[in-house]
Amino acid sequence: MSNVPENLRYRDSHEWIDPTQSPSPVGITDHAQAELTDVVFVDPPKVGTQVTAGQQVCVIESVKAASDIYAPVSGEIVAINEALTGDPGLLNRDPYAGGWIFKIQSSNLAEFEALMDAAAYSKHIA
Amino acid sequence: MGQFIVSGPGAEAFLNRVLTNNITNLQPGQGQYTLLLNGLGGVIDDLIAYRTSEREFYLVVNASRIDADWSHLETQLNKDDEVMMANASDFTAGLAIQGPKAREVAAAVFGSAASFPEHNTILVTMTSDGPMWLCGTGYTGEEGFEFFMPMETAETWFRKIVDAVKAAGGTPCGLGARDTLRLEMGYPLNGNDLSETRTPLQAGLGYFVDLDKGEFTGREALVAQKAAGLPDKLAAFRMTGAAPPPRPHYPVAFAGEIIGEVCSGTQSPSLGTGIGMAYVPLSAATIGSTLEIEIRGRRFPAEVVKKPFYRKPSL
Repeated sequence: MSNVPENLRYRDSHEWIDPTQSPSPVGITDHAQAELTDVVFVDPPKVGTQVTAGQQVCVIESVKAASDIYAPVSGEIVAINEALTGDPGLLNRDPYAGGWIFKIQSSNLAEFEALMDAAAYSKHIA
Repeated sequence: MGQFIVSGPGAEAFLNRVLTNNITNLQPGQGQYTLLLNGLGGVIDDLIAYRTSEREFYLVVNASRIDADWSHLETQLNKDDEVMMANASDFTAGLAIQGPKAREVAAAVFGSAASFPEHNTILVTMTSDGPMWLCGTGYTGEEGFEFFMPMETAETWFRKIVDAVKAAGGTPCGLGARDTLRLEMGYPLNGNDLSETRTPLQAGLGYFVDLDKGEFTGREALVAQKAAGLPDKLAAFRMTGAAPPPRPHYPVAFAGEIIGEVCSGTQSPSLGTGIGMAYVPLSAATIGSTLEIEIRGRRFPAEVVKKPFYRKPSL
């Protein structure tokens, strides 16, 4: 069983976002990293980019495939996880903490409510 | 894979007329890597040809090319050739056991008294589970063997083999694993690195082409190309910095200009970097020359390297 933390919100395309932090870190779920297998490269977004919910913002590459990552909510990209440049495997080893990909400053808190909670996401991947 | 049996008094002469390698070099029980060309010297398929007896040959071809190979061979066959061809592909299954413990697995499955199929050999043998074509070949760069059997017996063999492989610490795997292994060795894959529009000389497979053995389909074109000089060459490259894995069809640039595309590309599990192959002009193909691989609009540097990309350190 993959790990689905209670405090996060989820997109159906397997990104998580932490609504309890501002700006909010975004990453991919434990389920997603297991499906992708070894992540070998992260092509991060540019800090300062304005994104809307559902917009493709960056790409992560595993041996198997290149996968698009979508913004769970609208806002500004205010930080990227530099550690992933030298160690993309963090996404596999620690998807919910050390493996965050970028931080987004949300401009519309209501968008968090549109995302799945842990129970709904667990059902989604069951 | 596909399997053709070519037999008869004229089998040797016929195969030497349609394949690039010199089949007369094979003793019964031996096999060789060889190529099937069109009249322009382009590669229809790469295959292993085994001589199973003086007048009988077993050809193992790529599954995706069974129909193309078969119809080409039929067009090459003359009435007075004294050759019989049989296409066994539809009722034959194949398994490959590759890796440093292949000998251990072979002993467990076939009994410790059975001899291990040595490199490039074939043994046609009858077992309690039916006939078997046991071959000392593979496409991984590892020691290993592969064998072919009637489809009805494949499940029994598969279960026996998997049990023995697991006991030796191995695991069943599919074409994804085979593909990274063959690419680390710089072995070309038909459909990626070989095509009907490029010759084996361009693909760096001249070693498997005997231009001196006499006439064969495509020979004239190869001789002409050799005299004129190759227009391009399949070069091996390795990503030199942090980069996404190169994948087939990504554009390849040299000195700022797009000059081709990636044929095969992957992340090398053994090296931890991206590796690939691409046809590039000779000026760009020298070892150490810098290429750029364009990935989603960004160019990442790569270096032309010698094949194989990786050789396992000897113990």
